[in-house]
Amino acid sequence: MWLYALRRLVLTLPILFGVTVICFALVQIAPGDPIQNLLSPTASQEDADRLRAAYGLDQPLPIQYFIWIAKVLRGDLGMSIANNAPVATEVFRAFGNTITIALISVALAFVLSMILGVIAAYRSGSIVDKLITAVAVFGISVPTFWLGVVLVIVFAVNMFWLPATGMGASGSETFNYFNWEDFKFAIMPIIALALPPLGIMTRTTRASLAEILNQDFVQTLRAKGLSETAVMFHAVRNIMPQAVAMLGLQLGYLIGGSVLVETVFTWPGTGFLLNKAILTRDIPLLQGTILVLATVFVLINLVVDLAQSVIDPRIKRA
Amino acid sequence: MSDIPANLIPIPATQAAPSQRVRSYWGSVWNRLRYDYVTLFCLALIILIVLSAVFAPWLAPMDPDKSSMANRLRPIFHPKYFLGTDEQGRDLLSRMLYGGRVSLLMGIMPVVLATTIGGLFGVVAGYYGGKVNMVIMRTMDVFFAFPSVLLAVAISGSLGGGITNQMLTLTVVLIPPLCRVAETATSQVRTMDFVDAARASGASTASIISTHVLINILSPVLVYASTLVSVSIILASGLSFLGLGVSPPTADWGLMLSTLRQSIYVEPLVTAVPGVAILITSIAFNLVSDGLRQAMDVKA
Repeated sequence: MWLYALRRLVLTLPILFGVTVICFALVQIAPGDPIQNLLSPTASQEDADRLRAAYGLDQPLPIQYFIWIAKVLRGDLGMSIANNAPVATEVFRAFGNTITIALISVALAFVLSMILGVIAAYRSGSIVDKLITAVAVFGISVPTFWLGVVLVIVFAVNMFWLPATGMGASGSETFNYFNWEDFKFAIMPIIALALPPLGIMTRTTRASLAEILNQDFVQTLRAKGLSETAVMFHAVRNIMPQAVAMLGLQLGYLIGGSVLVETVFTWPGTGFLLNKAILTRDIPLLQGTILVLATVFVLINLVVDLAQSVIDPRIKRA
Repeated sequence: MSDIPANLIPIPATQAAPSQRVRSYWGSVWNRLRYDYVTLFCLALIILIVLSAVFAPWLAPMDPDKSSMANRLRPIFHPKYFLGTDEQGRDLLSRMLYGGRVSLLMGIMPVVLATTIGGLFGVVAGYYGGKVNMVIMRTMDVFFAFPSVLLAVAISGSLGGGITNQMLTLTVVLIPPLCRVAETATSQVRTMDFVDAARASGASTASIISTHVLINILSPVLVYASTLVSVSIILASGLSFLGLGVSPPTADWGLMLSTLRQSIYVEPLVTAVPGVAILITSIAFNLVSDGLRQAMDVKA
């Protein structure tokens, strides 16, 4: 176990190195002089030269990379252009809002997909199965930002049930998920986020369960007189490792890919920060947010791999 | 003259009963597709959408860019504007038809480019193995460290908006998964006996790849690429929604959804129209690729 964990950890390091290289390259591929991308448009030529020397931008690229990464490792992600605040502070403030709704969404999607997947696999070929498959295809194909707009039309514009955007009158500082008046603001973002992973996980659950149910041991279980519930329990246990892997991957996708949903609902998370960075062409903010999100995605994958090896001992030996 | 009676000459194989004719691979794929009505319906739908985008200048009832302040935000099924008008009084039906051109282009072109480039890298990595494989595949692994939406936003956000940048971004995002599929398929084919046989009989690497490898990895790669069309359409419309696509006067489904969003309280149904088009196109491509996967008998 520990040997596997160590090996897996070492394998993660080159990936993280690659991630930092790509994030470093983002400033380079942005059109124009990198210093202009880092500075506010009103800055003078002297400011530009001073900053160029301070950032070491007169140095060759590999040196520039090491100067940058040394800062990143000390927790300095640069300064945001738009409001001249440290990027790190902004990202970490927003990150909590993103991860909370991502966790709720993925948990909701996981539970629902398990139920739907089991029903669809058990009643394979029936109308119920086809309906569930249709829901899954819808979930996979729907553009989340459009789904968000439709939810707003139905529940906010027509029915006045839920607030359309934002995080409530109290704002993100005092937002309380256990207070119904506050939680109302989170409902639609959670639904919009949950549907794509629900579609994907329902499909994979159904497919892998159907495969398991065709195996000989299931017939043996039935032959020795186990109830259908008990048989399904055995089958579900067999797909757990895959399901957990899927869960982790989807959580990572939600954290990294929430930019559209957060934009629709002006939910003040990392995705909203990215949208702000794009609109104001705030490259340091864009770079810092991407770096944090990608790192979190890599770490989630690492945790998922380790969790999988605990659930399924066969993986360790592979 | 001939001492063999005519009736003893064996009947040529071409005259065998049609049902016993050995079908080609593509023949059997078509035979399975022929009875898959869902896939056929979606295929017809896609052809219809593509045709309506191609012939937009002839089909559109009005100039898609001509605004009219007097006719802003007309409702759906208005006698003059079938799908209503947008926030600048432009005919929505005409804009939908023209917008399909950009959106479909963004669904298909990046996939074609990424299949070519990613496929090439994948075949090289899979065929040569060893160090070449390690360098190519480990580089791809780095891109897998980003969720696709995040990678698209990162590249597109740095490069800035515009059609070329958007296409470039989507191609870069789609290359790694296609490369991985091509690599897996190639390394499976490479170890097969007929490849050894070809090499033993003196075939060059280039001819082994072009005659033996490519034809055998074609179905898994094509099926996988077809699943990416819908991904590409959704990613592209998402980027346009964030303002990273075409510049404003041009019609594009994602951008239209984004600008109409401000009018959600005035004319909610009109606001939903561009998204419906994205959804239908995306579902159609998804179901067609499901059908292709089954017809070509490719494992997921």
